[in-house]
Amino acid sequence: MSRIRRMLFVSGILLVCAWTLVPIYLVALGGIGGAKTVYAWPKPFWPAGLSFANFTAFLQIEGLWPAMLRSVEVAVMCMALSLVLGAPAGYALARFAFRGSNVYRLMILMTRAFPVGILALPLAVGFVRLGIYDTPLAVALMHTALALPFAVLVTSSLFLGIPRELEEAAWVFGCSGPGAFRRVVLPLAIPGIAATAIFAFVISWNEVFAASVLTVRNKTLTAYLLTLLSEAPLQSQLAGGLLLILPSVFFIFVVRRYLFAIWGVGNR
Amino acid sequence: MRNSALRPYLLIAPSAVFLLLLFGVPLVQTIALAFTTPNGAGFGNVARMLNDLDFSDSVRNTFELVICVVPLQLAAALGMSMMLRHMRWARDLVLWIWTIPLGISDLAAGLVWLAILTDKGYLNTVLYELGVIPGPQSWLTYETPGVLFLAILIAEFWRATAIVFVVIVAGVQLIPKEYEEAASVFGATAWQRFRRVTLPLLRSSIQTALILRTVLAFEAFAVVLAIGGRNFPVLVSQAYLWQFTNQNYNVAACYAVLVTLVSLAATLVILLALRPRAGEPA
Repeated sequence: MSRIRRMLFVSGILLVCAWTLVPIYLVALGGIGGAKTVYAWPKPFWPAGLSFANFTAFLQIEGLWPAMLRSVEVAVMCMALSLVLGAPAGYALARFAFRGSNVYRLMILMTRAFPVGILALPLAVGFVRLGIYDTPLAVALMHTALALPFAVLVTSSLFLGIPRELEEAAWVFGCSGPGAFRRVVLPLAIPGIAATAIFAFVISWNEVFAASVLTVRNKTLTAYLLTLLSEAPLQSQLAGGLLLILPSVFFIFVVRRYLFAIWGVGNR
Repeated sequence: MRNSALRPYLLIAPSAVFLLLLFGVPLVQTIALAFTTPNGAGFGNVARMLNDLDFSDSVRNTFELVICVVPLQLAAALGMSMMLRHMRWARDLVLWIWTIPLGISDLAAGLVWLAILTDKGYLNTVLYELGVIPGPQSWLTYETPGVLFLAILIAEFWRATAIVFVVIVAGVQLIPKEYEEAASVFGATAWQRFRRVTLPLLRSSIQTALILRTVLAFEAFAVVLAIGGRNFPVLVSQAYLWQFTNQNYNVAACYAVLVTLVSLAATLVILLALRPRAGEPA
């Protein structure tokens, strides 16, 4: 490549990086740059001084801590449920040729054509009847419906990547079916399973619509922030935005190697 | 193993039952709710939805948003994956940065762009320093619907291009380099190689990405509320409004059915438009 083209190429890449990062930087500036930054005019592009005043003030808004803890609770439940329900199915799809496997696979893929979050509307009615409306469990169940199809497809491609021969060798040496799975397959699959779990966590942590519809008094963080939109001052909203973004940025970093397993070949 | 014929069914059963309960049942319930009126089954709720003052606006806004943002995202994602292909170093770092928005919720994305576009925000600061505007100016009101639309479009584009990008990159990684090299040997230009070799081989990835993204775009909700508030109604925010503010589950369900039908139709269109031609691998 000629030098000019090389330079154009590099600046293009930097431009896309800036396009992604600058907005996050600016919201961070609003969140931790002190109350003055939020209402300053013209706006400074550098922090006048690091101040967590906005952030701590935001965290003292009534009901925020409980909402955040609830969000974590919901996300952890969603993560556990998606794995417990999804991983066995993924294993079955990867290892067994059985009648109906295509129907099952099609059912999983079909969920994509539906706006799943919207199904929370009638669930609200059903959950009232079951007595679990407005509880973290109800939101977690709904979020699992969102995350489960991914968990199945990803774990299935994970297990496909682990040679069947390893398992067969374990049988030869006297392992039972489940024993071979636990001693041979699981250790190899653990990192990918962890990535799947984290992805389920992020799906739940970020979901707004179902969480807002299924809760009234026990809101999760996203649902709570949504109600704050029309009431809270801007600096609180920005601090809330920052609070939502930070864990996601970290988690994407952790699972970055598995993003393509999640969205790659097995996930057509 | 004696029971190995049964084993796969035991393994898939829990997830199948779960999906049936939390996916199949509510789907049927939504439809039932939508067509239940105080005086038996009928189209009363549908009529109320159609007569809703914001109905036609919400339909128009939703479609305009999806039709504008999805093609832009596909084009950007294709461009980005081609750039990534030619990178020699810092590839992992760039890949991480470009996929960060994947983990950002649409509510957070709305708040991020609110910080930039609000009347004393960063965009106005830049415009002010450049001498374009005399002072703080509000853009996100019903008086400037065009700008409001653009703001929501930008926020959606910023947040959700990453998902298209990841699916496309996963597809690009499956294409052997030899194909392009062969085309190159026969004198194809960079554009011809992209258009005639890479793009056709990416067909199924593009199909997946488009379906995922289009269905999610029809669901866009929090980003719209954060930036536009009630000034920019979309179908899903209307469903939310009817469920919560008006406490009318039936009309809310009508909106839900409409969103579902629209998503299904879009999926079908994409499946048909990008189906494998005769002689192509599926």
